[in-house]
Amino acid sequence: MKSSRQLPPSPTQTAINDQVFDIVVVGAGVVGCAVARRFVLEGATVAVVEKATDILDGASKANSAILHTGFDAPPESLELSCIRDGYREYTEIHTEMGLPLENTGAHMVAWNDEEAAKLEAIVKQAHANGVEDVKRIEVKGLFRREPRLSKNAAAAIFVPGESIIDPWSAPYAYLRQALMNGGQIFLSCEVTGGDFDGSEWHLETSGGTLKSRHVINCAGLYGDRLDTALLGTTEFNITPRKGQFIIFDKAASALVNSIILPVPTSRTKGVVVCRTVFGNVLVGPTAEDQESRSDTSTDEAALNALISSGVEKFPDLEGMPITAVYAGLRPASEYKDYQIEAKPDLGWITVGGIRSTGLSSALGIARHVYELYTEQGPKHSAIAKPSVPQAVVLAQKGDRDWRCKDHGEIVCHCELVTSREINQALTGPLGARSLSGLKRQTRATMGRCQGFYCSARLTELTEGHFKTPPSDEISHG
Amino acid sequence: MDDLILGGGKQIDVAVIGGGPAGLAAATKLKHRGVSRVVVLDREPEAGGIPRHCGHIAFGMREFKRILTGPKYAKNLVLAARNAGVEIHTSTTVVEARPNGVLLITTDRGVEEINARRIIYATGVRETPRSARLIPGSRPDGVINTGALQSMIYLKGQKPFERPVIVGTELVSFSAIMTCRHAKIRPVAMLEESCQVTARWPSSLYPRLMGIPTHLGARVVAIEGTNQVRAVVIENASGNRRTIDCDGVVLTGRFIPEASLAICGHLTVDPATGGPVVDQYGRCSDPVYFATGNLLRPVETAGWSWQEGKLVGDMVADDLDGRLPTSEKELPVSLTGPLKFVVPQRISLPLSPSGMQNFQLRFTRRAKGTLFVRQGPDITWSKQISALPERRILIPIKAFLRENAGDLVEITFRPTAE
Repeated sequence: MKSSRQLPPSPTQTAINDQVFDIVVVGAGVVGCAVARRFVLEGATVAVVEKATDILDGASKANSAILHTGFDAPPESLELSCIRDGYREYTEIHTEMGLPLENTGAHMVAWNDEEAAKLEAIVKQAHANGVEDVKRIEVKGLFRREPRLSKNAAAAIFVPGESIIDPWSAPYAYLRQALMNGGQIFLSCEVTGGDFDGSEWHLETSGGTLKSRHVINCAGLYGDRLDTALLGTTEFNITPRKGQFIIFDKAASALVNSIILPVPTSRTKGVVVCRTVFGNVLVGPTAEDQESRSDTSTDEAALNALISSGVEKFPDLEGMPITAVYAGLRPASEYKDYQIEAKPDLGWITVGGIRSTGLSSALGIARHVYELYTEQGPKHSAIAKPSVPQAVVLAQKGDRDWRCKDHGEIVCHCELVTSREINQALTGPLGARSLSGLKRQTRATMGRCQGFYCSARLTELTEGHFKTPPSDEISHG
Repeated sequence: MDDLILGGGKQIDVAVIGGGPAGLAAATKLKHRGVSRVVVLDREPEAGGIPRHCGHIAFGMREFKRILTGPKYAKNLVLAARNAGVEIHTSTTVVEARPNGVLLITTDRGVEEINARRIIYATGVRETPRSARLIPGSRPDGVINTGALQSMIYLKGQKPFERPVIVGTELVSFSAIMTCRHAKIRPVAMLEESCQVTARWPSSLYPRLMGIPTHLGARVVAIEGTNQVRAVVIENASGNRRTIDCDGVVLTGRFIPEASLAICGHLTVDPATGGPVVDQYGRCSDPVYFATGNLLRPVETAGWSWQEGKLVGDMVADDLDGRLPTSEKELPVSLTGPLKFVVPQRISLPLSPSGMQNFQLRFTRRAKGTLFVRQGPDITWSKQISALPERRILIPIKAFLRENAGDLVEITFRPTAE
């Protein structure tokens, strides 16, 4: 590897310093980032370990980027209360952190009488869930708000609170706040084993030993395996559920105003059509159970079905260019609800089975986990005036860097990513160490041309920063 | 000269967006015609366009009467433009193009709004990326277009892989092979979905000369690999699959106009070409805007684009002099049969001797038969042809157009009975 850059300290060095953390969070997905932030703000000493080179590399790397209200969450579930709390906290903190929040509202649209018959119960449930502004609307009103929607729509309900957000800048901001206020991150650091001696965990990782009084398992797609590896048993089994997505060209965003939800089935929320804060239109996800916890491949039939589904709802999407296709894995389990459980005798909390609403609920989950933790006895005093990070503005309607002086040059022309943004994303403790990490932090190469124009310049700018530059892999392989 | 603050100073007469062969030719022509302030805005650090990263020889016969490498050709075009008095502003990105000739641009100085009397779009083409081709499978590194490959190899000296598969058999696909050879990269196979090579002889012989197996009637149905490409799975027409080990994929050709500004702006765009709708003068739906070069349609050579640029430069100079006929009536041109697109998409009447002399057509597939032009009720032109996809077909506009024959022009094709 050609890297000449300062890498974050390895855990071996920390262990030499003999620091015993209050908390080790295993896994830096959106849930791990939010949990780390909460515990740091409450005054605990926290280390986060992540086996990938960059954070958000598992389930959190691909989702529909919606901030849900919880109107359709299972009644009286833990999921519901975490979504409600998460939603509330996000709306409270997004302004000071510079995180985007576009309150588009959602329409749940019934396309036939059978679906229409289910809407009344859904409205009732929404009200019981505490989302009281959900209401039936006339299709005339629906077409007024969504003039390009197919006229086959039979009935609809309106959910004013549903919004679109940036699925990556939010968790980055959560973790950045944790790090700014004393938290630590260990990347490329996989937990391989560990022992609890009654008061302290000695976690074996690929980077060395880490000591802590509590471990919080936020390992997402590997949550059950981590429980099994360290506790000898697991109370749930992850069955990854793949979701494939299609992203239409920015020109399509003129067609869609709100989030168009289907009437859900018992198994999935179904295929959504919505704008993204980056100015595209997203259609997805599929819901396919699979064995593999890493296979995010796409397949032709599913992609074509998604395109058809989009075109059925918005006929003008026909022939619209596709900007990107991708797939994500949701860490579903055999249970419908989240599997969040504390094992006080073992200094362990498992946060598992966060199947598809993690982005909306993460901040709420973090609060819930902190409550479980304090029930076990530990007390900290919250940081009086925590530092607040400023998220990089990537949303199309935001004050993007290309609008500002001295940005250097535009590197990625399609997404208007500047060289200053690239350089910033490469530095600091969360500096990108892979192309996918850089994409999530800057959006470089995520536009129409998918790197036709900027790949070469980008390779040049990132020289020595990435853990495994493609060219190195070749020469060594 | 390049440090001039754009918006300050004299009124900009013409702003050309894109400094490739077409844009530079248009700007140079405008200066030769005596237009006062002509600026070329290019988002790259250097003007010259795509030929800048085609390190092999194939350029310049039409323009400089000699064969040059791409970079040398690009330099000559830039030099000619500068000598003529064109202001070239590089690292200058146009973010929005608005009515009344207002452009929002960004440079290292931040954003700026400029205003020009006329604007020429010359933003060229790019290749269709993997996503838009809907190629399924995993998404490892090492799947790139020829454009990215060439800028990596010729501009930056990078080597993204050693044993790639080349997808496509257009002219650019052979350029990709030459680029690979330059960096001692050995392509392991060349794939073509249709049953014959797209590019014409002698390029089509090149892979055989290089010992690269060519698979016709084969499409990529999966890409495998986690970090780097490990293999591609291909399927032939009868559904049989095989795996080819490789460490990269070059997706060549299937060019699409880089029309983002027009698409997200106010101009009418033709779904068939992917570029703005123009009349025979290159005039867009907003007559302040003109378009030229490969933006009009995929895809022609640099030399052809340069020629088109010169023509539109002339038209805009005429327009600024008040000598370009205003459109009193427009004849839209429609297509039926296996015809992919036509440029121009409409004819402005009355006809004048200037402007494009021909319709440019492409077929969607190989076809043999008779091409007709119908105007109103009459067939005004016809010709026996044998067409291949991605090959230029020209129909001389004056040969068929009758001033008062009817308001509908339709181009159609009748295949010869087999």
